[in-house]
Amino acid sequence: MSSIAGTKSGLTWAVHISVVLLVALWLFPTLGLFVSSFRTADQITSSGWWAAMLPAERNESLRTGAPDSQVQQDGQWLIQGNLFEGATDATISSWGTSMRDIGAYAPGDTADMGEDGRLTVQENGDYRLVNSQEFSGRRGERVFVTIQTPPEFTLQNYKNMLLDPSNREGMTKAFFNTLTVVIPATIIPIVIAAFAAYALAWMRFPGRALLIAAVVGLLVVPLQLALIPLLKLHLAVGIGKGYLGVWLAHTGFGLPLAIYLLRNYMVGLPRDIIENAKVDGATDFQIFTKIILPLSFPALASFAIFQFLWTWNDLLVAMVFLIDATGETTVMTKQIVELLGTRGGNWEILATAAFISIVVPLAVFFALQRYLVRGLLAGSVK
Amino acid sequence: MNPALQGLITIIIGVGGCIGYFYFSNQILDKVLFPPQGKDAGRNINRANMIRPWLFLFPAIFALGLYLGYPVIETLRLSLTDRSAGGAFVGLANYSQMASEPKFWEAMRNNMLWLIVVPAIATAFGLLAAQLTDRISWGNVAKSFIFMPMAISFVGAAVIFKLIYDTRAANQEQIGVLNALWLAFDGGAGSFIVLRLLPAVILLGFAALMAYIIYLLVTAMLPKGAGRSTGTWWSVPLRLIIVLAAAWMIWLSLKSAVSVFTATLPYGEPQTWLTIPFYNNFFLMAVLIWIQTGFAMVILSASLRGIPEETIEAAILDGANPFQIFFKIKVPQIMGTIVVVWTTITLVVLKIFDIVFAMTNGQWETQVLANYMYDKLFRASDWGVGSASAIVIMLLVMPILVWNVYNARKEMR
Repeated sequence: MSSIAGTKSGLTWAVHISVVLLVALWLFPTLGLFVSSFRTADQITSSGWWAAMLPAERNESLRTGAPDSQVQQDGQWLIQGNLFEGATDATISSWGTSMRDIGAYAPGDTADMGEDGRLTVQENGDYRLVNSQEFSGRRGERVFVTIQTPPEFTLQNYKNMLLDPSNREGMTKAFFNTLTVVIPATIIPIVIAAFAAYALAWMRFPGRALLIAAVVGLLVVPLQLALIPLLKLHLAVGIGKGYLGVWLAHTGFGLPLAIYLLRNYMVGLPRDIIENAKVDGATDFQIFTKIILPLSFPALASFAIFQFLWTWNDLLVAMVFLIDATGETTVMTKQIVELLGTRGGNWEILATAAFISIVVPLAVFFALQRYLVRGLLAGSVK
Repeated sequence: MNPALQGLITIIIGVGGCIGYFYFSNQILDKVLFPPQGKDAGRNINRANMIRPWLFLFPAIFALGLYLGYPVIETLRLSLTDRSAGGAFVGLANYSQMASEPKFWEAMRNNMLWLIVVPAIATAFGLLAAQLTDRISWGNVAKSFIFMPMAISFVGAAVIFKLIYDTRAANQEQIGVLNALWLAFDGGAGSFIVLRLLPAVILLGFAALMAYIIYLLVTAMLPKGAGRSTGTWWSVPLRLIIVLAAAWMIWLSLKSAVSVFTATLPYGEPQTWLTIPFYNNFFLMAVLIWIQTGFAMVILSASLRGIPEETIEAAILDGANPFQIFFKIKVPQIMGTIVVVWTTITLVVLKIFDIVFAMTNGQWETQVLANYMYDKLFRASDWGVGSASAIVIMLLVMPILVWNVYNARKEMR
């Protein structure tokens, strides 16, 4: 409708700009987490993630070598070496010898510290401390430096969280646990709901309308109600806390939406196909598996995505029905909540853990978005 | 055992068991119980067809009954008993104990705030995004980015926003965006416009919107000559409730608009956003709004596309400007969808637990009902009060449940 009469070009520009702003606002938070997960702990604490592309600047207090490393040269006593004591690509932009004036000297300058000697610091951290008398004491001189580090991105965080088996906070086990929860908890309700939806859509039996109304009503029952009675039940029948229990719980909670979506879709399938098959002598089971299921693929796919996202992202059901005292079966969401509690300030760990848990649903989302939207429009909301 | 292998085995057993049930039960019905051959072939087919629906439905009915039906009744029963007294019947004691706890009323107040603010803002943003992206060439790309947070877990979103709200000491570099922005304000003209004028304008705009809704509802209730029905019997009380709620919101927003101007703001000091009482609720709500806007946008954008173009063309010919077209032609036509989106988000809000649990765990006056319930059930092990608060959530959902069933039945006829 953009070419319609009465649409002003000025307004079109305003629309473009506001959409850009809106998209930026919605992407900004996730982007922050994504960028942070590739930075080192030092970089995260020294600058905001939006400055990740710029060189970072931080102040530090370093020491020269101790007096026992001094050598005598041309009648003078000399200590030299590198302040960073190791390979680094950081550069010193200014330095000083007292806390009160940390930016007193530029790289290459020489500071005269009276009877403590004369110190020269280079940009790369090399220093020369020269004195006419012997250095005494046990520790080296303190040097306050302002360090510039170039932008740097690393995969180390992901290596630590995913590939390091000794890291007890790692996400590998939680990742597999989540998969173990999610795959059956997505497939089982689909199978059950597909059969039930077929029966509700195409089979004649007493009480059908009542069942459909019940399913619609159960759509909105909050699952919080189910926690205590079902936990007691699970403990009583011996399922306890474990995968079986959490699959059953997710199946029960996902079923109303699944039946509702699938029934709405199946009712819309052409009646002729089913009647023809019946005339040809097919049983309901054959009709269902050979005709209805393949035809219902879009609806099945859209529910599968819903259920996948919901079980993958779930915290409450897993905490109540799955995770026991040993913590062997912890899922990613719970692992992250625990990290939030214990490592609240360690953003390199938190960001990486969160992004590991986000990346799979995001991939599924972008790959199958079409079906997700179709599902939203077809059934859950009219 | 390798966790991957272990997971794979459990998956195969779980899914295999489920598919096996349907396959073998139908095989038994057709091959063993009522085979469609022999002298009773016709009768057997009929018999099998009587049983088959229940064979198909049994797992679903069983799971629904066990996981959603039974708990409603059992929770109601538990809310009337006392666990420490061996499950004795105590009547409404749990409810009165709950009502005497300030934490419960705090949760109720916050929940009401959530129920008003989140659906309202998410729907409004969704509508705005739907309208804006509908007209432009790269609208679909923009939509999928705004829709994307739907895929992110509440816990993941909590981490994302914790980074935004992060606070560090005044002499250090701020790594939370909000504080970095906040420190840019110093009380000058920019601060006045952004921190006082802008919020006040938004609040006044919201008040005006509420006034408009009241106006619409009141004029709809007034009799308009003969032959025009005013709707079913419950529409008048429902409208009165909405009018009262809207009036309350006008009062709230006017009060807040005044306080925006009079408050003294601590410029230059980094704020610990999540610990500021009352306002921290809004910082938590931002997370859910961020997630739910995409959902509202997708639904509303589809219904905007469904508006017949003739009505819009007619309006353009009559000289309506884009704003008039939007507010007077489009919005009234998709009112039904707006209500549905609003209710769906309301349902999400009622069950919201993860965000509060992960971000503040109900400290600093941010408790909500679902988290309060979790606290009672699993920290205090007080099943009576916990069940009572679950029943409160159920009662809040009840009108939506009735409305859903009513609509579904109307549609099926």
